[in-house]
Amino acid sequence: MTWTAMNWTLAVPELVLACCGMGILVFGVLSKRETFQLCSMLTIGAFLLTGVLVLPGAYGVGYSGLFTSDAFSAFVKLLVLVAAALCVVVSLDYNEHVNLRRFEFPVLMLFCTVGMMLMASASNLMTMYVGTELMSLAIYVLAAFARDELRSAEAGLKYFVLGALASGLMLYGISLVYGFSGSMAFDKLAEALADPASASPGLVVGIVFIVAGLAFKVSAVPFHMWTPDVYEGAPTSITAFLGTAPKVAPMALLVRAMATPFGQLLVQWQQLIVLVSIASMLLGSLAAIGQRNIKRLMAYSSIGHMGYVLIGLAAGSVDGIRGVLIYLVTYVFMNVGTFACILAMRRRGKMLEGISDLAGLGRTDPAMALAFAVFMFGMAGIPPLSGFWGKYFIFSAAVQQGMWTLAVIGVLTSVVGAYYYINIVKVMYFDAPEEAFDPRPASLSFVAAVGGLFTTFFFVFPAPVVAAAEAAAKVLFR
Amino acid sequence: MLFAVAVFAPLLGSIVAGLFGKAIGDRAAQAVTILCMILASICGVSAFVSLVYGGAPAGTVSLGTWLDAGTFHASWALRYDALSAVMVAMVTCVATLIHIYSVGYMSHDSTVWRFFSYLSLFSFAMLMLVTADNLLQLFFGWEGVGLASYLLIGYWYDRPSACAAAIKAFVVNRIGDLGFAVGIALVFVTFGSIDFSTIFAAVGQHQSDTYSVFGTWRAYEVIGILLFIGAMGKSAQLGLHVWLPDAMEGPTPVSALIHAATMVTAGVFLMARFSPVLDYAPGALAFVTFIGGSTALFAATVGCVQNDIKRVIAYSTCSQLGYMFVAAGVGAYQASIFHLLTHAFFKALLFLGAGSVIHAMSDEQDMRKMGGIWKKIPLTYAVMWIGSLALGGVFPFAGYYSKDAILEAAWASETAIGQYGFWCGLLAAGLTAFYSWRLLILTFHGKPRADHHTMEHVHESPAVMTVPLLLLAAGAVVTGFVFHEQLLGEHWQAFWGNSIQIAPTNHVLHAMEEVPGWVALSPSVIGLFGIAVAYLLYMAMPQVPAQLAATFGGVYRFLLNKWYFDELYDAVIVRPYFALSRALWQVGDATIIDGIPNGLATLTTDSTAQVVKIQNGSIAVYAFSMLIGLVFLVSIFLLFR
Repeated sequence: MTWTAMNWTLAVPELVLACCGMGILVFGVLSKRETFQLCSMLTIGAFLLTGVLVLPGAYGVGYSGLFTSDAFSAFVKLLVLVAAALCVVVSLDYNEHVNLRRFEFPVLMLFCTVGMMLMASASNLMTMYVGTELMSLAIYVLAAFARDELRSAEAGLKYFVLGALASGLMLYGISLVYGFSGSMAFDKLAEALADPASASPGLVVGIVFIVAGLAFKVSAVPFHMWTPDVYEGAPTSITAFLGTAPKVAPMALLVRAMATPFGQLLVQWQQLIVLVSIASMLLGSLAAIGQRNIKRLMAYSSIGHMGYVLIGLAAGSVDGIRGVLIYLVTYVFMNVGTFACILAMRRRGKMLEGISDLAGLGRTDPAMALAFAVFMFGMAGIPPLSGFWGKYFIFSAAVQQGMWTLAVIGVLTSVVGAYYYINIVKVMYFDAPEEAFDPRPASLSFVAAVGGLFTTFFFVFPAPVVAAAEAAAKVLFR
Repeated sequence: MLFAVAVFAPLLGSIVAGLFGKAIGDRAAQAVTILCMILASICGVSAFVSLVYGGAPAGTVSLGTWLDAGTFHASWALRYDALSAVMVAMVTCVATLIHIYSVGYMSHDSTVWRFFSYLSLFSFAMLMLVTADNLLQLFFGWEGVGLASYLLIGYWYDRPSACAAAIKAFVVNRIGDLGFAVGIALVFVTFGSIDFSTIFAAVGQHQSDTYSVFGTWRAYEVIGILLFIGAMGKSAQLGLHVWLPDAMEGPTPVSALIHAATMVTAGVFLMARFSPVLDYAPGALAFVTFIGGSTALFAATVGCVQNDIKRVIAYSTCSQLGYMFVAAGVGAYQASIFHLLTHAFFKALLFLGAGSVIHAMSDEQDMRKMGGIWKKIPLTYAVMWIGSLALGGVFPFAGYYSKDAILEAAWASETAIGQYGFWCGLLAAGLTAFYSWRLLILTFHGKPRADHHTMEHVHESPAVMTVPLLLLAAGAVVTGFVFHEQLLGEHWQAFWGNSIQIAPTNHVLHAMEEVPGWVALSPSVIGLFGIAVAYLLYMAMPQVPAQLAATFGGVYRFLLNKWYFDELYDAVIVRPYFALSRALWQVGDATIIDGIPNGLATLTTDSTAQVVKIQNGSIAVYAFSMLIGLVFLVSIFLLFR
């Protein structure tokens, strides 16, 4: 193996981001004053720099096949970076307010992002595991970041214990696959499984374990149990982050793992994904109805959304994967925008999380109510908002593959889901107004505006996103 | 151009009065609608005169395209020929007089502008109907008069009986309209067009076309029957007549305009308009004659025992419409339109005269509570006499010419069904004379049966009501002999032009001239007999009718209850329908259709509660459920791989 065969330049964005992270960490430690705001700005700068480095699209395989850079990984990385950057922006004001202004916060998000980028590029079961763990470890800490608060500490601990269990499952699955096929590289696995009949039961069980590990990360049923508790307990800025990038990267990894090494076993894992998808959609739509806490509601909402995304994966076609990517893009913007609005729910200095606290927002703060309404309608999948198009691409892919049941259940559950989304709109516009919220900080208005504009006007210029998603999806089916 | 003004001036009046009536006040609304109607009648009459006497060419006044879809075309166009011109002239004149009369009759009403707007709207719809150039436009007018009729019957919408009558009229008309609409569709299927000129030009080509519904029939017969079903609804023929007597709930001018003079004759007009096709459908024509003759007799029998002055006249209308259909059925379309024309004048006169009586009697309509008022309202009395003479067919009043012509034509047709029409008509003529004089005598003669208070108030109507009465009376006197020769004489074709086309085999107009003398005389004789009986029973021996009613109780009640048609329909159609509706509502809608979403909603909230229950916060439970899920997935995977 020569130095050039390593192709290390492919990982330049990750390397740069990791170096920046260490630089910011050192700066934060050495600095005498509290440097939360400054470090956050530096982190955002590092994300932007990395994004610029990802954009040129140096594609290839590096590190002896451990690391792949292609259109798919570039798409995912950009989405993750944008999501992470927006989440840092929403945390600026909130962390100041609730006394979490510590420079480790953005640094942890940065390292989490490095892990997610690694996941996007993983082409070996080992890289996959390492990337996932890097992401998860950072999130465990972040979830418990408000360590003086019981709820936050509990959330962090819960997530850690269950996450460890999930990691164990995944690792066990990896070892099974390795044991039965003799390789951990995706391309080797694909070769070994070219004939589906040769797949031994042990290997198959290993795949299920790997799926279980990743399904835990995307909070798909039945591995979703942590989601509502962690969403509710974690600081809200972290909840916002949890709902966006850390859903995108594992989902992308799941897609790549299923499509590339195990692509020939489509018929086998398809039914698995279908079951998980249906269960997630049902639970996501049903369980959210009874919620009074908006963060818990968003937890169930994210479970439901992941169910829809899994339809695209279950379709197992280029169109399906394209749908997955488009859905993730629309979902990230709607989610981050919604959390920007949730973070703005503050009355006389006190953070609020109840749905009823939104009563009469349409009169006390029309702009925020409008943005919130746009996100809710978008999540419910009302045309012409972006959420509709995400669902449209997913459902049409499923229908093309003849998976009518899945599409019909998807449509029906989104009808049920529309109930609780639109209920929020009803509370905002038709219930008797409560006292107005405190003035919104500019950072939250900015993120809400970005999310709102993207959600509203996606249908005008969908072409760049759709084309990029199409290119990315094709890579996996070469 | 004149023609278009005649049609659209009432629309203008209706819109102005309807939209701005409240703002501009009752007086202004009346002025606008009446001026528009006068303008329309001047234009209508000039158009008629210039066509028939001035030699103006017949043709169409095109107003634009309405629908243009594939091979289906319908345009807005006014057909200008003798048939439509005579109808336009008659409708505008009668409607104008009734507008003027209404100024006096409705003077105590609170929403006069609304009444006048509806009246003008009706006039416009009726004019659209008679000037239509295609079936769809005719249907537009047809439905338009139906709507206006509904609005006007239910004009006093705070009276439950008026609302019920309005709904009844509308619903019964819908039944007829269904037949008409299907007929239009069948015309389009047969001829590929709904344009009159196209249809009539192609009559020869489709004679042997057949149509299969409950067996195979000639298409013309089916078309004829279907169109006649539409006509039956609108013209209140036996079976679909039940709405007309109830329609008397509307103000009396409405009864005069809509339910006597114009709208109810739309069916007769339709028959005449479709004469080119109908003349080749002998089966359908026989059916028309049968229903017409039966209606004439049936309504006349019922009219003999009614006590409400307006209902007597309503049944007489029903009966006279039967005559017109008899004429159409035997191929004498000219005679049916002639009777339509004369009837419009004398029936409007009778209704308005009755209105004048009701006005004088402080809104009393029961003839049993009238009597002895002829000296107090001599003018009304006189015009009622003229109207009754015309209706009874006494020489030289208008009804004599037209009714005689119809009976002669029925005799001359020399078919069995024509004979049936003749005998029914002859019998009805006697009954007509009887109930007309019964009405006159009960209303005006004898001892006053109203209370003292009412009698003190009896007064002649104001000039605004009596002048239209006099003009209509003039019409009832002269229209008969003025138009008789032109419309039915040797040179009828010079008058009608192409508007009425008959088959080469149809010689009924010619044969009419050569019927035996007794046939021509018999209507007058039996009419005088009827008058004599009425005089005897009600003037000379006023106690006899009550004895008769007691002696023949069964027959009397049968007639008084209008042959139990309402009860029959109520038992056979209305009540089962209500029962079915109630079942569908309570079981179908409230239980099943509402139940499904409600049940789903309950199911959803219940399952929500169940789902959330597992989420109890315990890590052990969470981890356990993950492992259970994993085991489940592995088993599925291994079982079904």
